[in-house]
Amino acid sequence: MGMKPSPFGTQIPYEEKELKVVGSNPEARPDAVDKVTGKARYAADINLPGQLTGKVLRSPHAHARIKSIDASEAEKLKGVKAVICRDDLPDMPVMHAAAGEIMVNFRDVTRTIMAREKALFDGHPVAAVAATSESIAKAALKLIKVEYEVLPHVIDVVDAMKPDAPLLHEDQITKGVEPTPEKPSNIAAQMVSKLGDIEEGFEQADLVVEREFNTKAAHQGYIEPHASLAIYTEGGNAEVWTSTQGHFLIRAQIAEILEMDISRVKVTPAELGGGFGGKNMIYLEPLAIVLSKKSGRPVKMVMTRDEVFRASGPTSGTNIIIKIGITKGGKITAAQAILNYQSGCFPGSSLPLCTPTAFTRYDIANVLVIGNDVTCNRPKVTAYRSPGAPMIAFGVETVMDEIAEELNIDRLEIRLMNAAKEGTQTHFGPKLGPIGFIETLEAAKAHNHMKEKLGPNQGRGIATGFWNTLGMETSATLNVNQDGTASLIYGTVDVAGGMRTAYSQIVAEELGIPFKKVRAIQSDTSSLGFNFTTAGSRGTAAGGMAAVKASRDAITRMCEVAARIWEVELDQVVWEDGHARPASSNVGEFEPLSLAEIAMKAGFYGGTIAGHAEINVTGGGPGFGTHLVDVEVDRETGAVKLLRYTIIQDAGKAVFPEYVKAQFHGAAVQGIGLALNEEYIYDENGVMANPGFLDYRMPVASDIPVIDTQIVEVPNPNHPYGIRGVGEVPIIPPLAAISNAIYDAVGIRMRDHPMSPPKVLAALDEAAPATAAE
Amino acid sequence: MTEMKYEVPTSLDDAVALLADGKGNAKVLAGGTDVLVQMHMDLIEPDLIVDIKNISELRQITKEKDGYRFGAAVSGVELMDHEDFCQTWPGIMDGVSLIGSLQVKGRASVGGNVCNASPAADSVPAMIAAGATATIVGPKGKRDIPVEEIATGPGQTSLEDGEIVVSFFLPNSAPGTGGAYQRFTPRTEMDIAVVGVGISLTLGDDGVCSSAKVALGAVAATALIAEAAAAALVGTKVDKAALDNLAAAASAACKPIDDKRGTKEYRIKVAGVLARRVALIALERALGGKE
Ligand SMILES: Cc1cc2nc3c(=O)[nH]c(=O)nc-3n(C[C@H](O)[C@H](O)[C@H](O)COP(=O)(O)OP(=O)(O)OC[C@H]3O[C@@H](n4cnc5c(N)ncnc54)[C@H](O)[C@@H]3O)c2cc1C
Repeated sequence: MGMKPSPFGTQIPYEEKELKVVGSNPEARPDAVDKVTGKARYAADINLPGQLTGKVLRSPHAHARIKSIDASEAEKLKGVKAVICRDDLPDMPVMHAAAGEIMVNFRDVTRTIMAREKALFDGHPVAAVAATSESIAKAALKLIKVEYEVLPHVIDVVDAMKPDAPLLHEDQITKGVEPTPEKPSNIAAQMVSKLGDIEEGFEQADLVVEREFNTKAAHQGYIEPHASLAIYTEGGNAEVWTSTQGHFLIRAQIAEILEMDISRVKVTPAELGGGFGGKNMIYLEPLAIVLSKKSGRPVKMVMTRDEVFRASGPTSGTNIIIKIGITKGGKITAAQAILNYQSGCFPGSSLPLCTPTAFTRYDIANVLVIGNDVTCNRPKVTAYRSPGAPMIAFGVETVMDEIAEELNIDRLEIRLMNAAKEGTQTHFGPKLGPIGFIETLEAAKAHNHMKEKLGPNQGRGIATGFWNTLGMETSATLNVNQDGTASLIYGTVDVAGGMRTAYSQIVAEELGIPFKKVRAIQSDTSSLGFNFTTAGSRGTAAGGMAAVKASRDAITRMCEVAARIWEVELDQVVWEDGHARPASSNVGEFEPLSLAEIAMKAGFYGGTIAGHAEINVTGGGPGFGTHLVDVEVDRETGAVKLLRYTIIQDAGKAVFPEYVKAQFHGAAVQGIGLALNEEYIYDENGVMANPGFLDYRMPVASDIPVIDTQIVEVPNPNHPYGIRGVGEVPIIPPLAAISNAIYDAVGIRMRDHPMSPPKVLAALDEAAPATAAE
Repeated sequence: MTEMKYEVPTSLDDAVALLADGKGNAKVLAGGTDVLVQMHMDLIEPDLIVDIKNISELRQITKEKDGYRFGAAVSGVELMDHEDFCQTWPGIMDGVSLIGSLQVKGRASVGGNVCNASPAADSVPAMIAAGATATIVGPKGKRDIPVEEIATGPGQTSLEDGEIVVSFFLPNSAPGTGGAYQRFTPRTEMDIAVVGVGISLTLGDDGVCSSAKVALGAVAATALIAEAAAAALVGTKVDKAALDNLAAAASAACKPIDDKRGTKEYRIKVAGVLARRVALIALERALGGKE
């Protein structure tokens, strides 16, 4: 499942060579100064003359039939220029497409951005207004009368799977089950990934451990709320500035939902204030366009934090059962996972993506993974950095520790004994190519972190992670400017600032010019061909390959110019060190021509120099990592304090090492937040109780210990620079690593997430009621 | 659409007159770290904002013969920068310095913290334990009340329309007194107390506790005075047995609710744990004061 690699994809083999720019840290990040001085333009910073403020009316109910909507009073309010609801958007048939790492169905997308028959979660949009000021827009929302018939709701995934659970979709029959069930249910689909014979595998085992885990939904927590500015002109064109990871996908979704030609929609991605998978979906964009169309004015919409939490995609809350069988000697013979994932109000959790990751770190002959995609009265889940994988690793890696303890085998050793390596058959299809998993485990073993002494109530945890690197459609244009500088127009949204840096490094390396002479600039949707979104850790790997291709294309063009100047054949010219040179002394005595000289003369000798790449990248290298963490548990309050954290990961090749480390840090911190306190809390009415950063507790700086990082480099053979994706792997191990560390510290196994103080204290009390009062 | 008015009076009389005119829907603004957040979240929609930061009585810190007086709108950072105040009132400063981040404390006042009437307000338990009073002016004149009488429930105060807290008064404490405040939060900072405990205790020359006051935050609708908990310390050397009794009494005094910030059981348990820890800090400070 997920996205199949194209058989017509592009792979450029890895070449070992001496590098001048790639692999070292540039003096300064090109995006840094504008960001810290407040000059970088995020979507909410962009304004047009005459623009209106758009606001959304949201359902206060978790589940309700919408009987009627009366906006007449709102429309009469002075300053209100347009009001829209379900009647202003065309209905959509069932139609599937990829949105980032997960699939969407347009019938559901239109219902997610604006409720039609029913409101399916607290915060579900039911109407929107555009007015001359925010306060008028807010006042107008209060004047819209919506008649609801409140229905029973279901929030929890296990409850939603029960036969008598309230149904979100009365006609939803579980897909992927034989025979097809007769009765509808909240289980939208079942997906299976298997290898070998699971029964036989468990029979071969001397020890079988089966454990159940529960995790709460969590938000990506990007600091920048969703924001969009749109204008629809009488000529029938729409232009949108928005906060997104993938402007081409947003354009496609807008065009589909509003029944417009793709050519009529232009989307410009603003500087991004974080996405982590949550900004691959349209929310505000079509509403702003329709409001603009109706009012004749540009419309800007910015979500509040409350709206971001209640109505933009969190990751799934889950119920997971992991079963592993192993021989006395420490060889895993079988592994099984049952994954029950919340998909939110419509089908489509991250199961197709994360089922392949379940056991892929280990070489196991018999595997069975069953995933159930379950609808419940929550916002539609979206991708979140290695979608769905941290929760599975939480289960698998803690069971690995239990087994190791039971068999009296060292925790790193048991992982090494079963580690996946080149040639290992995965349970999702391919055999693994060269990977660096064992290297990360060996590095962990040798790391000085392992030697640090632990005090009372302190413990150490270990866990590992795996994620694949996506390829997909990628385009870039490299313009060689008249003054000898180069501008790379890239189509993969730079989600964090490092990509434009890495692309510039790659172009500088390829062309043989200084890093400072290259500027990488984000495209809008009209300046390049379709690009897939920045997801699946593909940004630097896939965008980097396009940068290589475009650079080499431009080099050919520059060699052509040199050939024309020298009046020789193209194959008699080579490109070296930023210069066109005669291929050999037989060609003739010519002074090498620099890039700047060629650029200046190119106009006369055939036209401006540009290089292009329009490719579908395949062969993204899988990434593996091992994390170590030390914690101290306060036995009286249940507080878990992190003392030290170490991340070791195979990056294939770190183009910009400091930034690779920053990705390690950022992802691990998100994982730590997930582990300790982050959770969606709903009240008895199915209303989110903590839609803000005060009570949705992401970690603050002082919660995070010093984080050591170690980059392992086992090059990806299918990438010219050996690059693997690095952004997602490091969010996978923290949940499990911290759980394992808590066990090491105080002897309790936390299988319910988050491992917040009340839960840890309750578990401690349960484990030792007699000593608790001491 | 009605517009919101913003006024910046420079005298108490003007402020009181403006508020009296504004009737029910006027709002006092000190640092604004609660008011602005509540406006932003559409929890309040005042017609009139009266910014009290330019009234001198509300901005002064003065040492008087019988104690310390500080203006209700003095910011947390202004208190933190006042060396003598910090040395004299470490327990109060435990609370003040826990409020938000440095940026938040640059604006946030104790007056706002008390009048916002959150049961979890961090400056309140230590203020109560120290016996602080508030000077209030309003249309009917001036009055002094103990700090614990201001909040009457979450977001509710005993202040009448037009009344402003001008200043707080902390009476000089007896020699051998130590005060402390601690809270428990899941995060290390930028969080809201699940439980807060403020204790002030006084030791006699013999090292025996002669008086104590224990105030608990976030475990009831307002900060609580736990008399039995204080009684557990009086007449003891604050030894293990006394601390056990203190912890049990502090837990027993709690009347918490279950909410997104903590369960009842958890709050009750941690109140006892914290009471013990806070008493030990107060004890150390009381002993330190004597040496
Ligand atoms: C990010 C953040 C973190 C925070 N962290 C904490 C924390 O850790 N602990 C904590 O306790 N609080 C915290 N708060 C809440 C807030 O900062 C405090 O309650 C602060 O002390 C309020 O003071 P202020 O001067 O900003 O009050 P304002 O917001 O100006 O006023 C608060 C309330 O008191 C009223 N008021 C103010 N002064 C007077 C007066 N003199 N007379 C009568 N009424 C008055 C106002 O009308 C309003 O109702 C936090 C707030 C933010 C935004």
